[in-house]
Amino acid sequence: MSNVAGAPGTAEKSDGAAAKRGSEALHYARRNPKLLIGLGIVLGLLLLGIIAPFFVDHDPNEYIGPQGQAPDGEYWMGTTSFGQDIWAQFVYGLRATFLIGIFGGGVAFVIGTAVGFVAGYKGGIIDEILNMLTNVVLVLPALVVLIVVTAYLEVRGLFVQGVFIGLTSWPWAARAVRSQALSLANRDYVDLARLSGRRTWKIITSEIAPNMSSYLVMSFILLFGGAILIAAGLDFIGLGPSNGVSLGLMLESAVGWGALQRGMWWWFIPPGLGITVIVASLYILNVGLDEVFNPKLREL
Amino acid sequence: MLELKNVHKVYRVGAFGGGRKRAVRDVSLTVEPGEVVSLIGESGSGKSTLGKMVLGLFRPTEGQILFEGTDITTIKGHAARKEYYRHVQGVFQDPFSSFNPIFKADRVFEMIRSTYYPGVSDADWKDRVLDALGTVRLDPDNVLNKYPHQLSGGQLQRVLIARALLLDIKLLVADEIISMLDASTRIDVLNLLSDLKERGLGILFVTHDLSLGNYVSDKSVILRKGAIAEMGPTARVFENPLHPYSRHLLSCVPQLHRTWAEVDAELAANPPEDVELPVAPDEESAPLVEVEEGHFVGINQG
Repeated sequence: MSNVAGAPGTAEKSDGAAAKRGSEALHYARRNPKLLIGLGIVLGLLLLGIIAPFFVDHDPNEYIGPQGQAPDGEYWMGTTSFGQDIWAQFVYGLRATFLIGIFGGGVAFVIGTAVGFVAGYKGGIIDEILNMLTNVVLVLPALVVLIVVTAYLEVRGLFVQGVFIGLTSWPWAARAVRSQALSLANRDYVDLARLSGRRTWKIITSEIAPNMSSYLVMSFILLFGGAILIAAGLDFIGLGPSNGVSLGLMLESAVGWGALQRGMWWWFIPPGLGITVIVASLYILNVGLDEVFNPKLREL
Repeated sequence: MLELKNVHKVYRVGAFGGGRKRAVRDVSLTVEPGEVVSLIGESGSGKSTLGKMVLGLFRPTEGQILFEGTDITTIKGHAARKEYYRHVQGVFQDPFSSFNPIFKADRVFEMIRSTYYPGVSDADWKDRVLDALGTVRLDPDNVLNKYPHQLSGGQLQRVLIARALLLDIKLLVADEIISMLDASTRIDVLNLLSDLKERGLGILFVTHDLSLGNYVSDKSVILRKGAIAEMGPTARVFENPLHPYSRHLLSCVPQLHRTWAEVDAELAANPPEDVELPVAPDEESAPLVEVEEGHFVGINQG
């Protein structure tokens, strides 16, 4: 048995193994419609949010055009009842929405994975303490706390909103990462890394995290989508950034100034559809990634 | 070189850690340079726990583990622990789970290099790796630059031993390293262990297989429910087992030319001489009695 690996025909297999691993995931990724559609929509909207604001030469909140104008050639998405350009608001709003998703989701991801890895790897009393903390934050009524805290803040910016969303939405990520890390931490190769004199953080980052990288990517995507939804909710009840633009704030002012009653569909449909499409395609993207990484879910 | 003094390990089990499970009970033994000591026992006898405590992966609940005079449970800090692993290394039971499946197998050598020999040049390091692979009789072309799933269990196990040899080791803890290998590769690894012994290494050989214990070791320690049942020079323990449990264990080894019935009949016909077994004064201790030179028997736990 010991000389099987040296037998003819095995040599060429080894050279391509690294490439093969990556290309296998790529092979399934290219053929997965859920992944392609989700990724396409998310990237398309992201590009729109990044590039389009450069072609808008006025402030999105400026009263620039006729009041309550329906979409036409000059104002692609029409204007509000004050004469603000909805297209300008929409593209700036997209930008803010992606920023809050990346920032709020990122803060939650960093805290959640750090807590999860340390709890899962160290175990014992550290695990008990971190788990208790996680459970306490998990049962906090996050939206109520967010409402109370943001209501008391003098200046509300994107940054503060992101930090608060991050600080309240990490617990489930911590629990998910902890359970995975717990099972990986007992593998023999982790013990072997300890015998090689590796430090704890190095073992976590180079032995445990790479084995659950797909899991981490998916956690981040879900946190990203969750942060967008929470931010939209806060904006909608009037606790968004004080003087910014976001899809949630657009919805708030549309409802506040009676766009529904007046039949100004061009005012509330773009932001509402925008949020729905972003979050829905993130979830579709996530299901697609799951199918790519998990062979059991692959469709033939 | 290695001395265990009254080592205990008690696990907390059940909800809120209320229950207690005694995995290792009052074990004392020594390993000298150039000596192979077998820890033999059934599953759950605490043999692997002992091995892991010597490797510092678990802490003993009570007792001392002395390596060259220092108690390893008092080792604090990363630098000191690193120094300990320079001399004491382990090889585990399952070669396939000892490698991270997403990286190449020779990454285990790189880990040693980055921690212990950061200053060594590439060429020099390559020589050392080839040298270590030569010692474990592996062809470098067959194992370098390969993923773990491309290698056989015997090759992986020998890669792990080569990894340990890159360090200046004095003690190797071999935890059931043969049990996952098929018969043809077993003997290679066993012969390798005796080569290492010739080089003056102390080896703690953890096994559940009596015949393997007999084949490689100088000293055998038979464990039962965490306590030592019998300990002594391998030849004496296997020729003249004094503890009822060791006798029972030896009579359970399948023999090629005799049936179970014949073995049982023979045992009944010549009942072995009885020795007075020590009695444990409490639930925790497990005293030993020396019946002949270097040959100890322990308590009877039924």
